[in-house]
Amino acid sequence: MLAPNILLFVCLSYVALLFLVAFVADRQAEARANRGHRIGWLQSPLVYTLSISIYCTAWTFYGAVGSAARSGLEFVTIYLGPTLVFIGWWWLLRKLVRIGRVHRITSIADLISSRFGKSPTLAVIVTLIAITATTPYIALQLQSVTLSYQVITGSDGLNEAATAFWAAAGMALFTILFGTRNVTANERHHGVVAAIALEALVKLFALIAVGLFAIYGFSEGLGDMFSRVSPELLRPDEVFGTRWVVLTFLAATAIICLPRQFQVTVVENVDEKHLATASWLFPLYLFLISIFVLPIAVAGLAHLPAGSNPDMFVLTLPLAADQGALATFVFIGGFSSATSMVIVAAIALSTMISNHIVMPVALRVTRSHHYTSGDVRRLLLNSRRASIAAILALGFVYYRLTDGSDGLASIGLIAFAGIAQVLPGVVGGVMWRGATRYGALSGLAAGFVLWAYMLLLPSFRAEFAGIEQIVTSGAFGIALLKPQAFLSVSIGDPLVHALFWSLSANTTLFVIVSLLTRPNPLERLQGALFVDVFRTRPGDQPQILHPTAPAEDLFVLAQRILGAEPARLLFEEIARGQGITRGLPVADHTVVARLERELGGSVGAASAHAMVAQITGGGTVSLTDLMEIADETAEILEYSQQLTQKSAELESTALQLREANAKLKTLSDQKDEFLSQVSHELRTPMTSIRSFSEILLDADSVSDDQAQRFLTIINQECLRLTALLDEILDLSVLERGEVALALEPVDAEAALDRALDSVSGMAVRGDVRIRIGARAARSDVLADFGRLTQVFLNILNNSVKYNTHPEPEITVTSRWQGDQYVVSIGDNGPGIPAEDSETVFSKFGRGSRRQETGSSGLGLPISREILRRFDGEVVLVATDRPGAQFEVRLPLLRAAVE
Amino acid sequence: MTRRVLIVEDEKNIVESLTFLLKRAGFAIDAVMDGTAALQRIGDDPPDVVILDVNLPGTDGFDVLRAVRSAPATRDLPVVMLTARMQQQDRRMAEDIGATEFIAKPFSNAHVVDTVKRLIDR
Repeated sequence: MLAPNILLFVCLSYVALLFLVAFVADRQAEARANRGHRIGWLQSPLVYTLSISIYCTAWTFYGAVGSAARSGLEFVTIYLGPTLVFIGWWWLLRKLVRIGRVHRITSIADLISSRFGKSPTLAVIVTLIAITATTPYIALQLQSVTLSYQVITGSDGLNEAATAFWAAAGMALFTILFGTRNVTANERHHGVVAAIALEALVKLFALIAVGLFAIYGFSEGLGDMFSRVSPELLRPDEVFGTRWVVLTFLAATAIICLPRQFQVTVVENVDEKHLATASWLFPLYLFLISIFVLPIAVAGLAHLPAGSNPDMFVLTLPLAADQGALATFVFIGGFSSATSMVIVAAIALSTMISNHIVMPVALRVTRSHHYTSGDVRRLLLNSRRASIAAILALGFVYYRLTDGSDGLASIGLIAFAGIAQVLPGVVGGVMWRGATRYGALSGLAAGFVLWAYMLLLPSFRAEFAGIEQIVTSGAFGIALLKPQAFLSVSIGDPLVHALFWSLSANTTLFVIVSLLTRPNPLERLQGALFVDVFRTRPGDQPQILHPTAPAEDLFVLAQRILGAEPARLLFEEIARGQGITRGLPVADHTVVARLERELGGSVGAASAHAMVAQITGGGTVSLTDLMEIADETAEILEYSQQLTQKSAELESTALQLREANAKLKTLSDQKDEFLSQVSHELRTPMTSIRSFSEILLDADSVSDDQAQRFLTIINQECLRLTALLDEILDLSVLERGEVALALEPVDAEAALDRALDSVSGMAVRGDVRIRIGARAARSDVLADFGRLTQVFLNILNNSVKYNTHPEPEITVTSRWQGDQYVVSIGDNGPGIPAEDSETVFSKFGRGSRRQETGSSGLGLPISREILRRFDGEVVLVATDRPGAQFEVRLPLLRAAVE
Repeated sequence: MTRRVLIVEDEKNIVESLTFLLKRAGFAIDAVMDGTAALQRIGDDPPDVVILDVNLPGTDGFDVLRAVRSAPATRDLPVVMLTARMQQQDRRMAEDIGATEFIAKPFSNAHVVDTVKRLIDR
């Protein structure tokens, strides 16, 4: 036995050390953050992992041995569940951590509320569940501290209530001092985390020390130790039975859903990578802290007097051996387990209470002030402090009510089962986009009510006769409503029974109601952002700036909640992101969303949403938000692929259109050019005709000779005009394909002769000499005789007209070349420059040869058009001789070839 | 002193009619058939008025007018442009470049002679 004074002194010294560690850590974090440094050892994965070990509370510290002594290996399940989660369900934790960071999640209640459309109702329900489930747990810690104090000091007559009260008050003070220094969740409680990390080490080493003492102090080592283990103790038949599976599941759920676990794992996480370390280091911690449970239990059962409380073996074993120092160390270890759990749980719960219960009420009360008056920060901090005090007070009251009624472990399991009701909402919420607010609400409500009725209520049966009545005969005397045999389904174990009913109802309702209800736009948005948190990076998408709220009001709101300096820094950063160097940013929807997230980090998503909505003028989701949802949904991703494809198609269509347009434009230009040319070709002879006819009308000034000459010109120009009109019409008809050419086998040589006869009449007048070279034999081609003659005539005419040589000469030859009939017509004129070799075939394309030719410039285009109908062609052939040489080529008929 | 008119036109018959009309009105006439020759003639000895067809082989009427307007000596030389092509386009072009007058073909003899007289009296 130890003197209370000494123990009290040791205890207070330890608390002072914790205060010092927390204080130094906070100061260091502050100083480093101000200098822009990382916070060194405070942000190490080791500290993170140790902080997660608040999972191991006084219940684990003392109770695990008790459980082992009473129920054999069952205690292993409590360590097995979290180990499985950290090793196997690591991805779920990572997703929660990511969501927590991206959306500035402040608590498990905030997570669920935020996921389901920032629903205040959900936040309140989860908060209530958390309080209800945590209160017995806090009571448990108070009980263990009091009990261990009694045991170690050996003073049975000590005032239990006073001990528990002072323990509670001390924890409340510590939590208030280090847990409510600031209101922004992502500014994290470095001091608290550092202190609980230290406590994690103390409790681990304490338990290991007792374990080693149990093995080597009471027996001759491990072998001797295990030889004393009776088979009844281990109860191998229960291993991996129903209760085992259920307990493992409960423990796994607890490590995810317990408010304090969520606080250290998600909210206090500074770096996602730390989770990777924790995924093996935390299971290792659990292994180390559990490995000596059995030896201690075995040693306790063997060496301590019968009837000793197995829950206190950890302490009574060293005491029995008169190891005062070790006992003190163990007491400090148990004290550490209790305090670290209580502190973190109180912080987590107070955040929930102030954000989800106090703030909404305050918002309602001060609605008219638009939150721009009064210090919201102070209200938040004070409500958190009050909440912490209230939570510990509640724990104390519960402890007094149920004092020593049950084994420590069973209270812990009731709490686990209570918080497990949150699991469907959390897992469904982050994995299933279709989950809705109403689904979560109905599932949670049903699960919570059934849990309270089947598990929580019966835990008071010893204290209240009315409750005992209900447990034995059912509510209102209806046997079907018996809390531990609901609907007459009897499952022996009340815990398994309650968990079966509550979680089944919870999950079933969650799924069915979700399927039956439609999420509102905000729910869909949050659902998409949560489920696809690894795909989306909110705020990264460039957006067009549309102011949706007065930036000044938002700024004032931010100042009220975040404080003046952080608000200024935040707005400066946002403005920089928008490329604005001076003044406030444009408050578009992304800025509003960002601000909501930042404020959510202080007051929770639902409250932040309500506050910002009052400024932006409504809680509705903007079209752009909906577009964001659309962007994220898998269906839309597919749609967007289709869009990409469609857009590619559109692009190719656009290209085709551009090409077609260019073609049309070319055609249109050609048409304009053609009309312009036609106009010119028609107006030119008309000009001479008009001018000379006007001169002639003024008969006095014109001599007879002159009159004769002018009339001749008028006559020539009239003929020219007529010929031109004929050719224009002819070409137009040919081009439109309206003229039916009578294709029949004709002798091309005969057509050539006919053309030569016709042109030699002209040529004689113009002194042009026509030389006929080698000629082919009769050459049958499929053609129209008249049109073929016209082609030859056109080309011969050109050779005559454009020939400026003093002794003009035309050479005509014809031959067979392969299965083609080729006529070659050359002249000794100026020739056609290479650059004009194609233009000569276009309409009025006389090239640069614009002498007075009397040619319309349509002869070659007409010839080409005609020959096209005969599958033939006319080409300009390059030769080394001066002048131009045209060749007409036509396919010979087979019969003629042979 | 007899005023001189330079006719730049590649249609032989039109040159003949214009020469007849303007001689009858008392002007001395010089005629060339293409733009290059016209520029040379104007550069050597600027006439009082130029009648300039748009549609010339090689250097067309617009090119000739541009060259005339860019030379300081002939910046204000009266130039009457003739065209047989699409008139709105040619008229706009001629105005942009700085033609003094613009006459469409087929022209009225009296209009051409009056225009030349007016430009010379100015």
